[in-house]
Amino acid sequence: MARYDRAITVFSPDGHLFQVEYALEAVRKGNAAVGVRGTDNIVLAVERKSTAKLEDSRTVRKIVNLDNHIALACAGLKADARVLINKARIECQSHRLTVEDPVTVEYITRYIAGLQQKYTQSGGVRPFGLSTLIVGFDPYTGAPSLYQTDPSGTFSAWKANATGRNSNSIRDFLEKNYKETAGHETIKLAARALLEVVESKGNNIEIAVMTRDKGLRQLEESDVEAIVAEVEAEKAAAEAAKKAPTPRD
Amino acid sequence: MKLDLSGLEPATLHQLSNDNLCDVFSPTPSFEIPNDADFDGFQKAAVQMVKPAKGTTTLAFIFKEGIMVAADSRASMGGYISSQSVKKIIEINPYLLGTMAGGAADCQFWHRNLGIKCRLHELANKRRISVTGASKLLANILYSYRGMGLSVGTMIAGWDETGPGLYYVDSEGGRLKGTRFSVGSGSPYAYGVLDSGYRWDMPVEEAAELARRSIYHATFRDGASGGVASVYYVGPQGWKKLSGDDVAELHFNYYPVTENVVEQEMVEVTA
Repeated sequence: MARYDRAITVFSPDGHLFQVEYALEAVRKGNAAVGVRGTDNIVLAVERKSTAKLEDSRTVRKIVNLDNHIALACAGLKADARVLINKARIECQSHRLTVEDPVTVEYITRYIAGLQQKYTQSGGVRPFGLSTLIVGFDPYTGAPSLYQTDPSGTFSAWKANATGRNSNSIRDFLEKNYKETAGHETIKLAARALLEVVESKGNNIEIAVMTRDKGLRQLEESDVEAIVAEVEAEKAAAEAAKKAPTPRD
Repeated sequence: MKLDLSGLEPATLHQLSNDNLCDVFSPTPSFEIPNDADFDGFQKAAVQMVKPAKGTTTLAFIFKEGIMVAADSRASMGGYISSQSVKKIIEINPYLLGTMAGGAADCQFWHRNLGIKCRLHELANKRRISVTGASKLLANILYSYRGMGLSVGTMIAGWDETGPGLYYVDSEGGRLKGTRFSVGSGSPYAYGVLDSGYRWDMPVEEAAELARRSIYHATFRDGASGGVASVYYVGPQGWKKLSGDDVAELHFNYYPVTENVVEQEMVEVTA
């Protein structure tokens, strides 16, 4: 009989699943990823570690499509991400085939989270070492959604969230500065949040925007640079305004 | 551990002695295969004999105000009428209806099963399933049992977020979207009346009367249809049963008996 008792996720005496917590550690070491929900779009911004000179940066896409109306960004083990994304893509099509309708964002998030949970309760496997940010529009109501899943298999909806390296600082920034935005403002908010922990120079950021009509649009490097420059300028202006002496009447 | 496979040996009568004289008393039990050159044809004919011929009339059509669904209520086993009061319109849930044609047990069970699946979908996804989705679930199940003798010819009618939906689903695995369907042995007769009287912008009462008349005419000509003509209406709020009329009464409503006028009466002539 094959023995499956190596490397199963078991409870510790004080109720922890250490394998899951170690997986969360792996996530904390991964690249930062930010998602911000606007009224008419959702923006995903991901930190890109500088690619080597000879590496073709177009093949290192961090933000991917699951279907025409759903996109995903993740932080953590990228190889695990590939497996999870493939399964999710198949499920999106399988759902279209069996009920002749596209998946809702909540449905596919529940599916991915369910997969992640299954791997915390099976023999001979380890949990997936990644947290995902899933964005999309509801095919019926047209409402934008942003969901996050983590290695334990829990998921919830967010107005804005971050995962990966320094996600706590980014989330703090978002909590202080989030407001309902649309269009270009949402992109700037996401970029600003990511720039809190990522250096603004040298092509470090990848941004993609999901809209109801056009689906997922990956911004060109030149567009990203322009946005980063705009955000930096605004930040500088705000700093200057703070330092300037207050006018007295 | 050596497995005990003795149960798989061909059954043999217990032999008391190994005498050659006793051979005649211990044949292996077997059944005779028919003496037919074409055994496959024989098999097909046997399956056809058992397969019920969908003796019924059901119909459904979409019009401006919603969907009208109607059916008769006779169940027949060959020439014997086994029931005049079968519910052939199955209420899957408050906004989905299914019609029954073919095997009654098959239709009832799988519609009930579909109702369960629809409810589970609602609980998991916090929204009602679409008519498209419900009909596809049923069609996929029936397709997986294809060739195993299920006999189901059903229409799934309902109202969802996209408006009225009507699908025809059968046990061969077919699934068709449409606006007018009639299923069963009485369907040709029902189609005749339905197609000639159909207008998109009928009011509800006119559509109900058209459905009722179509069922009545089918029961008049088709021996396997009869009993009570039930008419249901499916609107934005769900389905509602409109009427259930005995077709014999409908006959005399449509074609009342007129008294023959007697011109002269014969009178006894006294000699």
